[in-house]
Amino acid sequence: MPILLDLVLTFFRVGIMTFGGGYAMLPMLQREVVENKHWATEEELVDYFAIGQCTPGIIAVNTATFIGQKQKGTLGGILATVGVVLPSLLIISVLAGVITTFADLQIVKDAFAGVRACVCVLIFNAVCKLWKSAIIDKPTLAIFLLVTAGSLFIDVSPVVFVVLAAIAGILIKKWEARK
Amino acid sequence: MIYLRLFYEFFKTGLFAIGGGLATLPFLSKMSETTGWFTKSQLADMIAVSESTPGPMGVNMATYVGFVTGGIPGAVVATAGLVAPSIIVILIVAAFLKAFKDNPYVASGFYGLRPASTGLIAAAGIGVIGIALFGAGHTVTLANAAQLISWKAVILMAVMVVLTRFVPKVKDLHPIVFILIAAAAGMIFHFAG
Repeated sequence: MPILLDLVLTFFRVGIMTFGGGYAMLPMLQREVVENKHWATEEELVDYFAIGQCTPGIIAVNTATFIGQKQKGTLGGILATVGVVLPSLLIISVLAGVITTFADLQIVKDAFAGVRACVCVLIFNAVCKLWKSAIIDKPTLAIFLLVTAGSLFIDVSPVVFVVLAAIAGILIKKWEARK
Repeated sequence: MIYLRLFYEFFKTGLFAIGGGLATLPFLSKMSETTGWFTKSQLADMIAVSESTPGPMGVNMATYVGFVTGGIPGAVVATAGLVAPSIIVILIVAAFLKAFKDNPYVASGFYGLRPASTGLIAAAGIGVIGIALFGAGHTVTLANAAQLISWKAVILMAVMVVLTRFVPKVKDLHPIVFILIAAAAGMIFHFAG
Protein backbone atom coordinates (compact mmCIF):
# COMPACT_ATOMS: atom_id res chain seq x y z
CA MET A 1 0.00 0.00 0.00
CA PRO A 2 1.35 3.49 -0.78
CA ILE A 3 2.71 5.01 2.41
CA LEU A 4 0.53 8.15 2.18
CA LEU A 5 -2.67 6.09 2.00
CA ASP A 6 -1.34 3.87 4.78
CA LEU A 7 -0.79 6.96 6.97
CA VAL A 8 -4.37 8.16 6.46
CA LEU A 9 -5.89 4.72 7.11
CA THR A 10 -3.73 3.91 10.14
CA PHE A 11 -4.45 7.25 11.82
CA PHE A 12 -8.12 6.90 10.88
CA ARG A 13 -8.10 3.64 12.86
CA VAL A 14 -6.32 5.34 15.78
CA GLY A 15 -8.85 8.21 15.73
CA ILE A 16 -11.92 5.99 15.66
CA MET A 17 -10.61 3.84 18.52
CA THR A 18 -9.79 6.77 20.80
CA PHE A 19 -12.47 7.44 23.39
CA GLY A 20 -11.82 10.52 25.52
CA GLY A 21 -8.77 12.72 25.42
CA GLY A 22 -5.40 12.44 23.75
CA TYR A 23 -4.07 10.17 26.46
CA ALA A 24 -6.61 7.48 25.61
CA MET A 25 -4.95 7.46 22.19
CA LEU A 26 -1.64 6.23 23.60
CA PRO A 27 -2.46 2.49 23.81
CA MET A 28 -3.78 2.61 20.22
CA LEU A 29 -0.65 4.41 19.00
CA GLN A 30 1.58 1.87 20.71
CA ARG A 31 -0.24 -0.97 18.99
CA GLU A 32 -0.79 0.52 15.53
CA VAL A 33 2.22 2.80 15.05
CA VAL A 34 4.98 1.26 17.18
CA GLU A 35 4.22 -2.47 17.15
CA ASN A 36 2.42 -2.97 13.82
CA LYS A 37 3.94 -0.36 11.51
CA HIS A 38 7.28 0.35 13.23
CA TRP A 39 6.92 4.03 12.32
CA ALA A 40 8.23 5.13 15.73
CA THR A 41 9.84 3.63 18.83
CA GLU A 42 8.38 3.78 22.35
CA GLU A 43 11.05 6.36 23.10
CA GLU A 44 10.04 8.59 20.19
CA LEU A 45 6.39 8.29 21.21
CA VAL A 46 7.11 9.57 24.70
CA ASP A 47 9.15 12.41 23.16
CA TYR A 48 6.26 13.36 20.87
CA PHE A 49 3.87 13.37 23.80
CA ALA A 50 6.25 15.58 25.78
CA ILE A 51 6.52 18.05 22.90
CA GLY A 52 2.78 17.82 22.26
CA GLN A 53 2.20 18.92 25.87
CA CYS A 54 3.99 22.21 25.46
CA THR A 55 3.26 23.19 21.86
CA PRO A 56 -0.03 24.69 20.67
CA GLY A 57 -2.88 22.40 19.74
CA ILE A 58 -4.23 19.12 20.96
CA ILE A 59 -1.84 16.25 21.67
CA ALA A 60 -3.57 13.79 19.35
CA VAL A 61 -3.02 16.05 16.36
CA ASN A 62 0.52 17.00 17.36
CA THR A 63 1.53 13.34 17.64
CA ALA A 64 -0.10 12.43 14.32
CA THR A 65 1.69 15.30 12.57
CA PHE A 66 5.03 14.25 14.07
CA ILE A 67 4.78 10.63 12.98
CA GLY A 68 3.44 11.49 9.53
CA GLN A 69 6.18 14.06 9.02
CA LYS A 70 8.83 11.52 9.96
CA GLN A 71 7.52 9.04 7.40
CA LYS A 72 6.77 11.28 4.46
CA GLY A 73 7.63 14.93 5.14
CA THR A 74 5.12 17.78 5.25
CA LEU A 75 2.50 15.98 3.16
CA GLY A 76 2.80 12.93 5.42
CA GLY A 77 2.25 15.11 8.49
CA ILE A 78 -0.84 16.69 6.99
CA LEU A 79 -2.33 13.39 5.82
CA ALA A 80 -1.78 11.64 9.16
CA THR A 81 -3.66 14.54 10.77
CA VAL A 82 -6.47 14.25 8.22
CA GLY A 83 -6.71 10.56 9.11
CA VAL A 84 -6.93 11.18 12.84
CA VAL A 85 -9.67 13.86 12.59
CA LEU A 86 -11.74 12.17 9.88
CA PRO A 87 -13.66 9.83 12.24
CA SER A 88 -14.75 12.83 14.34
CA LEU A 89 -15.88 14.74 11.26
CA LEU A 90 -17.89 11.82 9.94
CA ILE A 91 -19.44 10.67 13.23
CA ILE A 92 -20.29 14.10 14.62
CA SER A 93 -21.72 15.31 11.31
CA VAL A 94 -23.95 12.23 11.04
CA LEU A 95 -25.06 12.40 14.68
CA ALA A 96 -25.28 16.20 14.94
CA GLY A 97 -29.05 16.37 14.61
CA VAL A 98 -29.73 13.83 17.35
CA ILE A 99 -26.50 14.18 19.25
CA THR A 100 -27.71 15.54 22.56
CA THR A 101 -30.39 12.85 22.70
CA PHE A 102 -27.70 10.30 21.87
CA ALA A 103 -25.51 11.35 24.79
CA ASP A 104 -28.54 11.16 27.11
CA LEU A 105 -29.49 7.59 26.22
CA GLN A 106 -29.14 5.30 29.22
CA ILE A 107 -27.49 2.59 27.14
CA VAL A 108 -24.86 5.04 25.84
CA LYS A 109 -24.12 6.26 29.37
CA ASP A 110 -23.79 2.65 30.58
CA ALA A 111 -21.46 1.73 27.72
CA PHE A 112 -19.18 4.70 28.32
CA ALA A 113 -19.05 4.15 32.06
CA GLY A 114 -17.72 0.69 31.20
CA VAL A 115 -15.30 2.10 28.62
CA ARG A 116 -13.85 4.52 31.20
CA ALA A 117 -13.04 1.67 33.58
CA CYS A 118 -11.19 -0.04 30.75
CA VAL A 119 -9.42 3.08 29.43
CA CYS A 120 -7.66 3.73 32.74
CA VAL A 121 -6.32 0.16 32.76
CA LEU A 122 -5.09 0.61 29.18
CA ILE A 123 -3.40 3.90 30.09
CA PHE A 124 -1.77 2.19 33.07
CA ASN A 125 -0.44 -0.54 30.74
CA ALA A 126 0.78 2.13 28.31
CA VAL A 127 2.68 3.86 31.12
CA CYS A 128 4.34 0.54 32.02
CA LYS A 129 5.58 0.23 28.43
CA LEU A 130 6.88 3.82 28.37
CA TRP A 131 8.54 3.27 31.74
CA LYS A 132 11.43 1.29 30.24
CA SER A 133 12.52 4.08 27.92
CA ALA A 134 11.81 6.96 30.30
CA ILE A 135 12.67 5.91 33.85
CA ILE A 136 16.23 4.67 33.59
CA ASP A 137 17.87 5.83 36.84
CA LYS A 138 17.20 7.55 40.18
CA PRO A 139 16.93 11.15 38.87
CA THR A 140 14.40 10.13 36.19
CA LEU A 141 12.40 8.21 38.83
CA ALA A 142 12.38 11.35 40.98
CA ILE A 143 11.18 13.49 38.05
CA PHE A 144 8.43 10.96 37.29
CA LEU A 145 7.17 10.92 40.89
CA LEU A 146 7.33 14.70 41.27
CA VAL A 147 5.47 15.38 38.02
CA THR A 148 2.82 12.73 38.69
CA ALA A 149 2.13 14.12 42.17
CA GLY A 150 2.44 17.73 41.01
CA SER A 151 -0.02 17.38 38.18
CA LEU A 152 -2.51 15.54 40.44
CA PHE A 153 -2.44 18.09 43.26
CA ILE A 154 -1.34 21.43 41.81
CA ASP A 155 -3.51 23.26 39.32
CA VAL A 156 -0.95 24.51 36.80
CA SER A 157 -0.50 23.95 33.09
CA PRO A 158 1.47 20.83 32.04
CA VAL A 159 3.75 23.23 30.16
CA VAL A 160 5.30 24.24 33.49
CA PHE A 161 6.23 20.64 34.34
CA VAL A 162 7.57 19.94 30.88
CA VAL A 163 9.79 23.04 30.84
CA LEU A 164 11.08 22.44 34.40
CA ALA A 165 11.81 18.78 33.62
CA ALA A 166 13.81 19.69 30.51
CA ILE A 167 15.86 22.19 32.53
CA ALA A 168 16.33 19.58 35.28
CA GLY A 169 17.52 17.07 32.69
CA ILE A 170 20.13 19.47 31.35
CA LEU A 171 21.35 20.39 34.85
CA ILE A 172 21.54 16.76 36.02
CA LYS A 173 23.54 15.73 32.97
CA LYS A 174 25.91 18.70 33.40
CA TRP A 175 26.42 17.86 37.06
CA GLU A 176 27.05 14.19 36.25
CA ALA A 177 29.59 15.17 33.60
CA ARG A 178 31.47 17.32 36.08
CA LYS A 179 31.77 14.52 38.63
CA MET B 1 -18.24 35.39 5.73
CA ILE B 2 -19.09 32.73 8.30
CA TYR B 3 -16.54 30.14 7.12
CA LEU B 4 -13.65 32.56 7.36
CA ARG B 5 -14.77 33.56 10.85
CA LEU B 6 -15.10 29.89 11.90
CA PHE B 7 -11.62 29.18 10.62
CA TYR B 8 -10.21 32.23 12.40
CA GLU B 9 -11.89 31.51 15.76
CA PHE B 10 -10.78 27.87 15.81
CA PHE B 11 -7.30 28.73 14.56
CA LYS B 12 -6.99 30.97 17.64
CA THR B 13 -8.24 28.12 19.86
CA GLY B 14 -5.75 25.71 18.31
CA LEU B 15 -2.92 28.20 18.69
CA PHE B 16 -3.49 29.10 22.33
CA ALA B 17 -4.91 25.88 23.82
CA ILE B 18 -1.88 23.97 24.98
CA GLY B 19 -2.21 20.42 26.28
CA GLY B 20 -5.09 17.97 26.23
CA GLY B 21 -8.63 18.24 24.89
CA LEU B 22 -10.01 20.04 27.93
CA ALA B 23 -7.50 22.86 27.36
CA THR B 24 -9.82 24.04 24.58
CA LEU B 25 -12.70 24.56 27.04
CA PRO B 26 -11.96 28.09 28.27
CA PHE B 27 -11.55 29.23 24.66
CA LEU B 28 -14.85 27.67 23.62
CA SER B 29 -16.55 29.28 26.59
CA LYS B 30 -15.21 32.66 25.48
CA MET B 31 -16.23 31.93 21.90
CA SER B 32 -19.80 31.28 23.03
CA GLU B 33 -19.89 34.78 24.57
CA THR B 34 -18.29 36.68 21.69
CA THR B 35 -19.89 34.97 18.70
CA GLY B 36 -23.24 33.72 20.01
CA TRP B 37 -22.85 30.62 17.82
CA PHE B 38 -23.82 28.37 20.71
CA THR B 39 -24.97 28.77 24.30
CA LYS B 40 -23.16 27.75 27.47
CA SER B 41 -25.63 24.92 28.00
CA GLN B 42 -25.02 23.68 24.45
CA LEU B 43 -21.35 23.71 25.35
CA ALA B 44 -22.04 21.49 28.36
CA ASP B 45 -23.99 19.11 26.10
CA MET B 46 -21.10 19.11 23.65
CA ILE B 47 -18.68 18.02 26.34
CA ALA B 48 -20.90 15.06 27.18
CA VAL B 49 -21.22 14.22 23.50
CA SER B 50 -17.48 14.48 22.84
CA GLU B 51 -16.86 12.12 25.70
CA SER B 52 -19.28 9.57 24.30
CA THR B 53 -18.10 9.47 20.69
CA PRO B 54 -14.74 8.31 19.36
CA GLY B 55 -12.04 10.79 18.42
CA PRO B 56 -10.03 13.41 20.29
CA MET B 57 -12.30 15.71 22.29
CA GLY B 58 -10.98 19.03 20.93
CA VAL B 59 -11.64 17.84 17.39
CA ASN B 60 -15.13 16.62 18.28
CA MET B 61 -15.99 20.00 19.79
CA ALA B 62 -14.68 21.92 16.75
CA THR B 63 -16.61 19.65 14.39
CA TYR B 64 -19.82 20.03 16.38
CA VAL B 65 -19.66 23.82 16.64
CA GLY B 66 -18.73 24.07 12.97
CA PHE B 67 -21.62 21.82 11.99
CA VAL B 68 -24.19 23.67 14.07
CA THR B 69 -22.96 27.00 12.69
CA GLY B 70 -22.32 26.17 9.03
CA GLY B 71 -23.31 22.60 8.15
CA ILE B 72 -20.77 20.12 6.81
CA PRO B 73 -18.53 22.80 5.20
CA GLY B 74 -18.58 24.57 8.58
CA ALA B 75 -17.51 21.37 10.36
CA VAL B 76 -14.61 20.89 7.95
CA VAL B 77 -13.50 24.53 8.14
CA ALA B 78 -13.65 24.67 11.98
CA THR B 79 -11.66 21.43 12.30
CA ALA B 80 -9.11 22.64 9.74
CA GLY B 81 -8.74 25.86 11.72
CA LEU B 82 -8.20 23.96 14.96
CA VAL B 83 -5.49 21.67 13.60
CA ALA B 84 -3.68 24.19 11.35
CA PRO B 85 -1.53 25.73 14.16
CA SER B 86 -0.53 22.23 15.39
CA ILE B 87 0.56 21.20 11.93
CA ILE B 88 2.56 24.37 11.35
CA VAL B 89 4.26 24.37 14.76
CA ILE B 90 5.04 20.63 14.76
CA LEU B 91 6.52 20.77 11.26
CA ILE B 92 8.83 23.54 12.45
CA VAL B 93 9.72 21.68 15.67
CA ALA B 94 10.38 18.46 13.71
CA ALA B 95 12.77 20.28 11.37
CA PHE B 96 14.46 21.88 14.38
CA LEU B 97 14.85 18.51 16.15
CA LYS B 98 16.33 16.95 13.04
CA ALA B 99 18.91 19.71 12.84
CA PHE B 100 19.77 19.58 16.56
CA LYS B 101 19.33 15.90 17.35
CA ASP B 102 23.01 15.45 18.13
CA ASN B 103 23.18 18.53 20.33
CA PRO B 104 24.00 17.44 23.91
CA TYR B 105 21.55 19.98 25.39
CA VAL B 106 18.68 18.55 23.36
CA ALA B 107 19.64 15.01 24.39
CA SER B 108 19.83 15.84 28.10
CA GLY B 109 16.65 17.93 27.83
CA PHE B 110 14.84 14.83 26.60
CA TYR B 111 16.41 12.79 29.37
CA GLY B 112 14.40 14.99 31.77
CA LEU B 113 11.35 15.31 29.50
CA ARG B 114 10.66 11.61 29.11
CA PRO B 115 9.92 10.82 32.77
CA ALA B 116 7.91 14.07 33.03
CA SER B 117 5.81 13.14 30.01
CA THR B 118 5.28 9.65 31.45
CA GLY B 119 4.29 11.24 34.77
CA LEU B 120 1.70 13.49 33.10
CA ILE B 121 0.19 10.48 31.36
CA ALA B 122 0.15 8.52 34.64
CA ALA B 123 -1.61 11.42 36.38
CA ALA B 124 -4.20 11.59 33.58
CA GLY B 125 -4.75 7.86 33.98
CA ILE B 126 -5.25 8.27 37.73
CA GLY B 127 -7.76 11.05 36.99
CA VAL B 128 -9.74 8.65 34.78
CA ILE B 129 -9.64 6.01 37.55
CA GLY B 130 -11.25 8.57 39.87
CA ILE B 131 -14.06 9.32 37.42
CA ALA B 132 -14.56 5.63 36.59
CA LEU B 133 -14.83 4.65 40.26
CA PHE B 134 -16.62 7.61 41.81
CA GLY B 135 -18.33 9.36 38.87
CA ALA B 136 -17.63 12.93 37.76
CA GLY B 137 -18.35 16.03 39.80
CA HIS B 138 -18.14 14.63 43.33
CA THR B 139 -15.72 15.64 46.02
CA VAL B 140 -14.48 12.33 47.30
CA THR B 141 -13.53 12.16 50.97
CA LEU B 142 -12.68 9.20 53.18
CA ALA B 143 -16.17 9.46 54.71
CA ASN B 144 -18.20 9.26 51.49
CA ALA B 145 -15.84 7.14 49.38
CA ALA B 146 -17.49 3.89 50.43
CA GLN B 147 -20.93 5.15 49.37
CA LEU B 148 -19.83 6.71 46.09
CA ILE B 149 -17.62 3.92 44.86
CA SER B 150 -18.94 1.83 41.99
CA TRP B 151 -18.13 -1.77 42.84
CA LYS B 152 -19.07 -2.80 39.31
CA ALA B 153 -16.30 -0.56 37.99
CA VAL B 154 -13.83 -1.96 40.53
CA ILE B 155 -14.58 -5.50 39.41
CA LEU B 156 -14.40 -4.61 35.70
CA MET B 157 -11.06 -2.87 36.25
CA ALA B 158 -9.66 -5.89 38.08
CA VAL B 159 -10.86 -8.19 35.29
CA MET B 160 -9.26 -5.89 32.70
CA VAL B 161 -5.93 -5.84 34.57
CA VAL B 162 -5.90 -9.65 34.60
CA LEU B 163 -6.96 -9.95 30.93
CA THR B 164 -4.55 -7.34 29.56
CA ARG B 165 -1.51 -8.30 31.61
CA PHE B 166 -1.61 -11.91 32.74
CA VAL B 167 -3.67 -14.16 30.44
CA PRO B 168 -1.43 -15.58 27.70
CA LYS B 169 -2.56 -14.79 24.12
CA VAL B 170 -5.49 -12.68 25.39
CA LYS B 171 -3.12 -9.99 26.65
CA ASP B 172 -1.72 -9.56 23.13
CA LEU B 173 -5.13 -8.78 21.63
CA HIS B 174 -5.71 -5.32 20.18
CA PRO B 175 -6.67 -2.78 22.89
CA ILE B 176 -9.94 -2.00 21.05
CA VAL B 177 -11.12 -5.54 21.90
CA PHE B 178 -10.96 -4.71 25.60
CA ILE B 179 -12.75 -1.39 25.03
CA LEU B 180 -15.59 -3.22 23.26
CA ILE B 181 -15.81 -5.86 26.02
CA ALA B 182 -15.96 -3.06 28.61
CA ALA B 183 -18.70 -1.24 26.66
CA ALA B 184 -20.72 -4.46 26.50
CA ALA B 185 -20.19 -5.11 30.21
CA GLY B 186 -21.26 -1.52 30.92
CA MET B 187 -24.50 -1.97 28.98
CA ILE B 188 -25.33 -5.40 30.42
CA PHE B 189 -24.67 -4.50 34.04
CA HIS B 190 -25.96 -0.89 33.85
CA PHE B 191 -22.73 0.81 34.90
CA ALA B 192 -24.12 4.32 34.83
CA GLY B 193 -26.56 3.31 37.60
